[in-house]
Parts: sequence; structure tokens; C-alpha cells
Amino acid sequence: MKQQLTLLAAIALTASPLMAQDLTITSFGGAYGAAQQKHMIDPFVAETGVNVLFEDYGGGVAEMKAQVEAGNILWDVVDVEVIDLERACAEGYLEIIDQSVLPEGDDGTVAADDFIEDALANECGVGNIVWSIVFAYNTENGPGPQSIGDFFDVEAFPGKRGLRKRPQVNMEWALIADGVAPEDVYETLATDEGQARAFTKLDTIVDDIVWYDSWSQAPVLLNDGGASMVQSANGRIFAAMKEDNAPFEIVWDSHVYDLDVWAIMKGSENVDLAMDFIKSATRTVPLSGMQDVAYGPTRVSAQALLPDSVKKDLPTAHLDEGLKADGIFWADFGESLGEKFNEWLLK
Amino acid sequence: MTSAAQALRTQRNKALPIGGDTHDIMTNSINTLNKEDAANAAREVRKRRLQAFLFVVPLLVFLVFAFVAPITTMLYRSIHNPTVANLVPDTLILLEDWSGEGMPDDSVLLQFAADMKRMANDRTSGQLADEINRALPGMSSVTKSTARALRRVEDEDIAANGATILLEANKRWAEAATWRAIRDAGPIYTSSYYLTAVDLERDRDGGIVQRDTQIYVKLYTKTLKMAVIITVLTMVLGYPLAFFMAHASSALANFLMVFVLLPFWTSLLVRTTSWIALLQAGGVVNSTLMWLGVTDEPIELLYNEFSTILAMTHILLPFMVLPLYAVMRGIDNSYMRAAISMGSSPLAAWYRIYLPMSLPGLSAGALLVFIISIGYYITPALVGGTDGQMISNIIAFHMQVSNNWELAAALGSLLLVLIVLLYWLFDRFVGTDNLKLG
Repeated sequence: MKQQLTLLAAIALTASPLMAQDLTITSFGGAYGAAQQKHMIDPFVAETGVNVLFEDYGGGVAEMKAQVEAGNILWDVVDVEVIDLERACAEGYLEIIDQSVLPEGDDGTVAADDFIEDALANECGVGNIVWSIVFAYNTENGPGPQSIGDFFDVEAFPGKRGLRKRPQVNMEWALIADGVAPEDVYETLATDEGQARAFTKLDTIVDDIVWYDSWSQAPVLLNDGGASMVQSANGRIFAAMKEDNAPFEIVWDSHVYDLDVWAIMKGSENVDLAMDFIKSATRTVPLSGMQDVAYGPTRVSAQALLPDSVKKDLPTAHLDEGLKADGIFWADFGESLGEKFNEWLLK
Repeated sequence: MTSAAQALRTQRNKALPIGGDTHDIMTNSINTLNKEDAANAAREVRKRRLQAFLFVVPLLVFLVFAFVAPITTMLYRSIHNPTVANLVPDTLILLEDWSGEGMPDDSVLLQFAADMKRMANDRTSGQLADEINRALPGMSSVTKSTARALRRVEDEDIAANGATILLEANKRWAEAATWRAIRDAGPIYTSSYYLTAVDLERDRDGGIVQRDTQIYVKLYTKTLKMAVIITVLTMVLGYPLAFFMAHASSALANFLMVFVLLPFWTSLLVRTTSWIALLQAGGVVNSTLMWLGVTDEPIELLYNEFSTILAMTHILLPFMVLPLYAVMRGIDNSYMRAAISMGSSPLAAWYRIYLPMSLPGLSAGALLVFIISIGYYITPALVGGTDGQMISNIIAFHMQVSNNWELAAALGSLLLVLIVLLYWLFDRFVGTDNLKLG
């Protein structure tokens, strides 16, 4: 009976309009969301006593567009991939952030110097993590591919390749494997010949590709033998290796890295509170907590807090081997290449 | 299920007199009734009509908000795109005088520079960038960077040298193609999304030509093909089952019905992901086949057309079995017995007696399965890989990724037209009177 009463009370409390959420924060969920909850949201709640509703979404700008167009803003703070940030900011779905109010690092460095360059490159966001798209292989199948060239070499390294079904990253990798220098990739990809070249290269492995739709499928494919090498967000493979002792190996060659930023929805009723959260969440210590899921912190002072054993697993330790995903290029060519990619798939 | 269907039927029968039959009763009896009685009767009828109407009001309201309004908005959106017209109205007016060849007047550039500065301050330049980029990929960053550059320029400067500043900001403003793209994106009402949805576009002279990328017609054809296959498969699997259930003892039939309904009670996502568990390379099916020695290495069962058709057939099977079963339960067995006793072979009796009588259930099931499968999204997305993609997946792409809601609306509207057309054909050749859902 007492239990029932507590349950009723709980329902009544959650349903009561007086208990309205003060701040709605939206991110990607999973292990990443759990790390954000632990290192960013819980400390903020403890400090300020604000009610935080922490929600998940799948990325992209569609939901922001829908909220702003309908004038019904449900989110306050949102975790945005830089690849979408350019567009969301320019189309007016996000508030401009005054980056000068960001606190200095724990070692006293002013924010503008403490953050890595890309973290504050867009006026609508403050860098949160550096993450990366890498490929990984299952070590049980013997020696694996070591470079992106090997990934495209089906004779030396037979087996299925798991790739996410979209042009992003696949087109870049195809060109690099075909001999284009990483720094010229996006320039080449902006031309019709460059796009044709990438598709021709993809044609050489097309029979061995297993396409998947969401990052969560990547470690599963690798684990159950659906593919002998997969493209994946580095954190997913890291989590499988760390938590499930999966026999995987990450290859950092030509990884495509990108940032996630915290941003504020345009028209949010809690702009000030949202800014308080961003200031709190992007301090040195909360950022260093993102190592839990193998994503690199965006502050230099936070990188200094990481033990060496962890650093090597973070994208931030491999930036020179990788390629920065070009959000501006994909804002330009995302739709047209998306169509061409779908046409190519249908052949 | 049957009792629910029966209840529904009785309800329908009860409701009927209010609509049609009373009218006949009234006109027939009006001669024999005096005026007052007639007025009373009419009042009574009105009252019952009102009551009947009140019963369906909640549903009507719901339908208007949840069905009619969204579909109308979608249809409207596919031809209506005022973005560019709202953002640069004055530039568009000035562009009307331009022939389309060579560079437009400096006055156009001047006006556009002023518009760009205003958009940069309002943070709306991105919307224009998106629209121009659709015609000319690569223009998104050009537009946005130009807007950023112009934001720092004084108004007087723009009024004086706007054209030069614009041309200095990016060389693509010196190309006629760029201005054609802006002009062509101007009209508030446009057929261009429908053209794109059938792989066509307008060339420079306004003639209709094939697009470079040929994708949507192929996808529509493929979607139809898969829907036909799935419908036929559910018929082949569902008909014998329904027949058996209709002729089994009611205890057995009810027991079997649980198995038919079981998929309905399980989440769609769970059902689809269980197919992944079954079919994947290290999954149940493949390990069994390898253990039996049928094959040495895993067969590709997942992420192709096969897995999509298999999973969708499974998911849609109840929609075929339920109407079939309901109709078959109502068929009197004595017809078949009579035919056989008069010397017909069982097969001929089935073909000439039973099949025509069960046809209403079969058509209803087929129509349901076909229409549902044409618009199916989640299963092809999860188990479809590349060959298993259907038109709904590309609609989702334009809704969620490319943000081209207008094109998504046009594709969706065409799908709706296709379904209505098929329904009309069905009505023409089979007749919707022959439909029975239970």
C-alpha cells in the first residue's frame, strides 16, 4: 500500500505543471550520453539545483528545423555534430554564443587559447569532444588491414567490409585509397571527375560491402562475423573492446575526425540558463571525463589531465594521421552527393 | 476477433436505417400520415441523425487534425516554396528584365548585395544558401561566406559599390548560371519538385529534359515490384492457413488465431531485429546450415532484397489472414458438399464455388497488404541493405538528412496518387463492393 502511494505521488509530481523542467538538454544517448550525464549534467545539477531533462536524438538538423518553423521550441541545449552545425547556424536554428564569457582553463589559460582551434570556429557552438570515424578489424581472422589502401584491397584482405550507408567518409576514403593526398580530398570531391573517381574506386569493393544504417550496428557486425572490418565511430569499438573484451583492433590511418559542440536552440526560453550549463560543461574537468567513451576533450588543459595509457586511444592523439571532416563541403554537396550515392547504390 | 467483428457488423446494421432506409419508409408512409405525425417522424429522424453524427464527431475531429490537415499541408508544400521570394523580393523583381544570358545589370547586383547584408544580420542567409545550392551544388558555402563578408561592410559602401564588393567576395557571382539559379528559385509556386520526383528537370529554355541523376522512377518501380511479391507471398501463405482455421474446431481455430495475432502484440522493432538475429552471418539460420553441412561458409541472407521481403511478408501476414478467415467463416460448407455430391472434383468445386465466395476476403487482404507495404519504412531501413531500399527510405532521407522537405512532399504526394490510382483500378476490375474486412 505504501509503495502504491509513493508511486502515485511520483506520478502526480511528474505530471504536475508546477514541476516543469527548467532545462532540456538533448544529445546522442548511449555510452556517450551516460558520460555526459556523469561528468557534465550531474555536477551542474548538484551545483545549481536546476531540473534537467536529458533527451536523446539521432543528429541532423530536421528536428531543429521543425521546432523553429513551428515556433515550438522543446530543447534548450543541444549537442550538434560540426557537420550539421554550419547549416543549423546559418539557417537560424541556433543562438549566437558569446565565446568571451567562457571560463578559463583550470591551469589559468584563457578560454580562447585553451580550446583547440576548431572548437570555437563556429559562432553558434562550443566544442565538446573530438570524435572520429575509424575502421577496425577482428583480430581472430589473422593479420588485419593496416591502411585505408588495405581496406580497399579485397585480394590481400578478403572479407566483408561494413560501411555506413551514406556518402560521407566513404567518398573521402575512396579517394585517399586511390592515391589522392588527404589535403586535396575535398577539393577533388567538389569536381564531377573527382566524384566519378570515388565511385569507381568504391566499385572495386562493392561486392564485399555490407551497408548498415546506424553506428550501433558496426561493432555487432564485427562481432558476429557479418563483416571482417567495419567503419565505426571510435568510441563504439573502444567500448566493445573495453567492456566486452572484444578481439578488435582500431586502425587510425586516414581516420576522419570531427567535433561535437554544445549549442543553444534559437528561441529557447532559457538562454541564460543554457549558457550557464555550457560554461559549466566545457570546463576542464567535465571535458576530461569524455575519455570514458574514448572521445578527446576540446581543451588543452583537459588533455593534460589524461593518463598516458588513455591518451593513445583518443582521436586527439592521432590527429596528424587523420583528416578533418569538412562541414562546409558537406553542407554544399551533402544533398547532391546523397542523391548520386543512392543512384550508385541502385545500379 | 470474430465476436468483435460481429459486434461491429451489428453496430453498422443498427446505424444504417438512420442513413438510407428511414428515408424510404418516410416517403412511402407520408401519404398515409397526417401532418403532425409526419412532422413528429421527421423530428425523430433528425434527432437520430444528430445522435449518429455526435457519435462520430470525435473521430471526425481527430481525422481532420491527424489526417486531412497534414496531408493537405504536404500536398501544398510540394508546390509552394516562398523561401527565396520572401528573402530577396526586390532582387527577383529586378531580375525579371534580365534575358538570362550574360551578366545581369549592376542594379541587380547592388540590390542583391543589400539583401545579402540584411540576411547576414537576420541570420537567414543560410536559407537562401540552401535553396541556391539545390540547383548549383557548392553555392551554399559561397552564399554564406559572401554574407559573412558583407556583414562587416557599411551600408553606404554597399549602396555605392555593392556590385564590385559582391564580385570580389566570390567569383561565382560573375557567372550567369548563378543568377539563373536565383531567378529560377524565385517563383512561389513551382512544379520543379514534381519534375525532380520523376527524374526530370527544366533546361535553360524551359523545356523538360531527363536529369543527370536517375533514381526516383527506379525506386517507385522497385517499390511496386516488392509490394506485389509480398502480396502474392502473403496470399500463398495466408490462404491455406485461413482455410484450415475456418474448417477446424473452434478450440483449435482460436488456438491458431493466437499465433496469427502474436506478431501484432510484439513490437515491430523487436520483430524486425529478431530477423537480424536469425539471418545474420553468424545467426541461427546460417549456423544450422553450416552444422548440417549444407554450406561451408555463411550465405548472405541479410541486408538485401530477400531479407526485406521475408521480414515484411512475416509482418504483414496477419493483414491477409484476418479478413480471409472472417470471410471463410461465413461461407456455408453445404455449397461445397453439394457440388462434390453432384460429381464435381474437390479441386473444381473449390475453384468454381469456394474461391469466388472467398474472393472478397482475398481482395481485402491483398489491398491491405499491398498498400501498407508500398509505404513501409522501418523494416527496409533495418534489414534492407542496398537492394532492399524502397521509396519511403529516400523520402526519409530528404526529410531527415538533406532537409529538402518540398521534394519529400512531392515524392510522398506521388506515392499517394499512385495508391489512389491503384485503388481506382482495383475498383474498376474487382469492385470495392467485393471487399470484406470481416
